[in-house]
Amino acid sequence: MALNRDFVGRSYVSPETYEVSRVKIREFAAAIGDGNPVFRDPEAARAAGYPDVIAPPTFPIVFTLSGAGEALRDPELGLNFAMVVHGEQRFEYTRPIYAGDVLNCTSTITEIRTIGRNETLTVRSDVTTVDGEHVCTAYNTIVERGGAA
Amino acid sequence: MTAAVKYDDVEVGQEIPPVDYPVRRVNLIMYAGASGDFNPIHWSERFAKTVGLPDVIAHGMFTMAQAGRFVSDWAGDPGAVVDLSVRFSSMVVVPDDDQGTVITVSGVVQEKQEDKRVLVALTAKCGDSRVLSRARAVVQLA
Repeated sequence: MALNRDFVGRSYVSPETYEVSRVKIREFAAAIGDGNPVFRDPEAARAAGYPDVIAPPTFPIVFTLSGAGEALRDPELGLNFAMVVHGEQRFEYTRPIYAGDVLNCTSTITEIRTIGRNETLTVRSDVTTVDGEHVCTAYNTIVERGGAA
Repeated sequence: MTAAVKYDDVEVGQEIPPVDYPVRRVNLIMYAGASGDFNPIHWSERFAKTVGLPDVIAHGMFTMAQAGRFVSDWAGDPGAVVDLSVRFSSMVVVPDDDQGTVITVSGVVQEKQEDKRVLVALTAKCGDSRVLSRARAVVQLA
């Protein structure tokens, strides 16, 4: 079943802020096998010019989907999760994420397209500090296999 | 931000040598926990086979993370990676043995941009298949 195009342009604000901790960054860095000290050691991060440890470039995947997740589960959208695969992903940074950041995330469904037998849906997530400073924007495109058939 | 690589020392067409990143099942278990993505195709062979997959496959984001690691290590500073984008083109099958599999990432400097930034085109392969396409990073150099 085709996805409901009425959802294009809808925005979802994450229900609560995301507090970035040193412990979570260290856990994520360990999981991707990246031993860079700027993810673990505050002294090394300060020596590199940062206020605290920074997060790996793909870290925002941990929290950017929570806002849009609600939309994607809305029965009116018509998305069959069993058929979903990850199509594309992008992270665009104004500055790295630091431990201690308290972040807001607003996710907007920017595009729904039919490509062959598949439906694709793109969500843009704008990540800012609670003070309104832009940190990064994530773009996530999922593919619903056979969704357009 | 202090990238170790200087903009003036980099030329378009310059190749960044490949690096091998081994992947075993334990890495996928750790990634599931750290990322919160508990889709059973990434840890249950039984489930993976019921949905038509040959075996457990790695999270696409795990592969993307290796691409990020590669370009961070080249630049000398993960904070210098100001833009990272990929398309997931093929799956990384991870067998349940001591070897697992290997993702090999390489790169080439494709463009020198303003403000001492460069565009790096990345290639990620598992065996003979390209597991990422249109993978690219913009890196802030010194």
